[in-house]
Amino acid sequence: MEDISVRHVRKEFSRYPALNDVSLDIKGGELIALLGPSGSGKTTLLRLIAGLESPTAGQIFFGDEDASAKTVQDRNVGFVFQAYALFRNMTVLDNISFGLRMRPRQTRPPKAEIRRRAMELLDLVQLSGLDKRYPQQLSGGQRQRVALARALAIEPRVLLLDEPFGALDAQVRKELRKWLREIHDRTGHTTVFVTHDQEEALELADRLVVMSQGNIEQVGTPDEVYDRPNSPFVFSFIGESSALPVTVENNELWVGGRAIGLAAPETEEGVARLYFRPHDVELVESDACMVGVVVSSRRVGGTRRVELEIGGDQGLVEIDLPFDHPAGEKSRIAFRPKRWRLYPVAGESVGSVRS
Amino acid sequence: MVYDSRPAPAAPDIHSGATTERLWVRVVLVALAVVFMALVLVMPLVLVFSEAFRKGAEFFFKSLSQRDAVTAIQLTLTVAAIAVPLNLVFGVAASWAIAKFEFKGKAFLITLIDLPFSVSPVVSGLVYVLLFGAQGYFGPWLKANDIEIIFAVPGIVLATIFVTFPFVARELIPLMQVQGNGDEEAALSLGANGWQTFWHVTLPNIKWGLLYGVLLCNARAMGEFGAVSVVSGHIRGKTTTMPLHIEILYNEYNFAGAFAVASLLAMLALVTLIIKTVLELRFGDELAATRRH
Repeated sequence: MEDISVRHVRKEFSRYPALNDVSLDIKGGELIALLGPSGSGKTTLLRLIAGLESPTAGQIFFGDEDASAKTVQDRNVGFVFQAYALFRNMTVLDNISFGLRMRPRQTRPPKAEIRRRAMELLDLVQLSGLDKRYPQQLSGGQRQRVALARALAIEPRVLLLDEPFGALDAQVRKELRKWLREIHDRTGHTTVFVTHDQEEALELADRLVVMSQGNIEQVGTPDEVYDRPNSPFVFSFIGESSALPVTVENNELWVGGRAIGLAAPETEEGVARLYFRPHDVELVESDACMVGVVVSSRRVGGTRRVELEIGGDQGLVEIDLPFDHPAGEKSRIAFRPKRWRLYPVAGESVGSVRS
Repeated sequence: MVYDSRPAPAAPDIHSGATTERLWVRVVLVALAVVFMALVLVMPLVLVFSEAFRKGAEFFFKSLSQRDAVTAIQLTLTVAAIAVPLNLVFGVAASWAIAKFEFKGKAFLITLIDLPFSVSPVVSGLVYVLLFGAQGYFGPWLKANDIEIIFAVPGIVLATIFVTFPFVARELIPLMQVQGNGDEEAALSLGANGWQTFWHVTLPNIKWGLLYGVLLCNARAMGEFGAVSVVSGHIRGKTTTMPLHIEILYNEYNFAGAFAVASLLAMLALVTLIIKTVLELRFGDELAATRRH
């Protein structure tokens, strides 16, 4: 159970910056998700931790030890690659035991012991009986499990996974997600995984690291990141969101010259942007609300998602209604967000209000 | 890199597709191809063997067991035995560097590797004469130190290495590029050192492409005429390889003898081709990425 500390790490690829001065502390035994759109630097950060890339500046510590001074071989990390990178010319068992077999003679366990440990891991990843198969004879989900067993076999100090479920279909993905959580809880490795799937990150991780354009936007538990996003980017990247330009005046929010019944005390007057989740709205009868003309309406699972054009050309927002709600039939809907956040238009994270 | 080794689904057996021509067109095109093949490829090959045995099997074997013929065969095998392993090592090293690393001058290096293909073999031979010949740059120094290169075996080996240099590298570069670095990174992250990674991971991934490249390299090394002809000096029983020996016999109007040796060379080429075809049939998927010749 090793702490990981990333200190002021910067990475440039032929003068194109991939990571700008990133710092991050990961506690031993934590399960961390690096989440972000493609090009946000999340995979680069993971590869830097592993030692597959070397930082342009900065250091990475495993516990008290400066890992950035070591090569990937000496860092002793378990890395699961996006395309698994299983060795095609070796059986499942040989793949899993590879790391142990390659050890120098002084530290290499005896043959029988290597075999026993590989079989044990095969059991752990629920693939007993497939030891003599070749990777080509396995399904995607099975390959994924072999890749994980192979990474665990070297008794790594940290476990790193690059888009572990990216290449699998939705059903297998959900299964493996739960299973990875179980394995993590059982083995207790400090684990970092990269994903662009926010649902996966929210469900699996102890803490999320939301990244964008080579920077860390926010670090927090799934609840913190979902309920108190510190920037418009995080708000719109995690979960569903609707946004609308508003004006702050007399400690109230105004949309198109109309007070919408949301109080904003101690907020700077002027223009701002209102963010809310489509499902966090209430339908109201009073005058102080937002009114929108229904543009489209479609059934999404158990709810009805309605797209509204807000009066006075203020823009489009989406709200969710129960699918059998009578308002779904109307052409105009009056509503108010129950929970919402306000961001200045410039984009800096500032005062937020929740009612 | 995940390879899918399943066979492609068979095309539906329908004969009325948009890409199917009318019967007479098909017959004419196929007939043209067959006639052309027979004229240009099959007939000369048959001729080589029939000419070789024109004066009977006894003369055939006598021609091959002549002292000059035997030394020519020995020299050819020696040259191939030196040139092919060296080019195997050079080729693997060059394609490893090109496919797995980014560095300045990479495009230039690729062009350089192709140079022996684009330069006429005679020119390649002349370059060595210019460098190591009696009147060449290093000629006086070599003479002073009693080292023979031109009109001797070392010159033949050098010229052969130069001409056959691209074969292995050209096979491996595209194959290694397709495979990428993933497997190597995985091996390194599991604690393997550079040599273990190469031996246990990289080499098994490229072995069929490598064998294929070596076969082509070997075929050319044995058959090379132009460059070798320039540097050899045609000293009978000393610096004549099989192709040069064939030329000498032919110029002496010993046609049956010339064709006897030629048939042996053709046999070597045929065996190479057969091995190549067998490899293609068995390992078509892995070779697909490299099929350029």
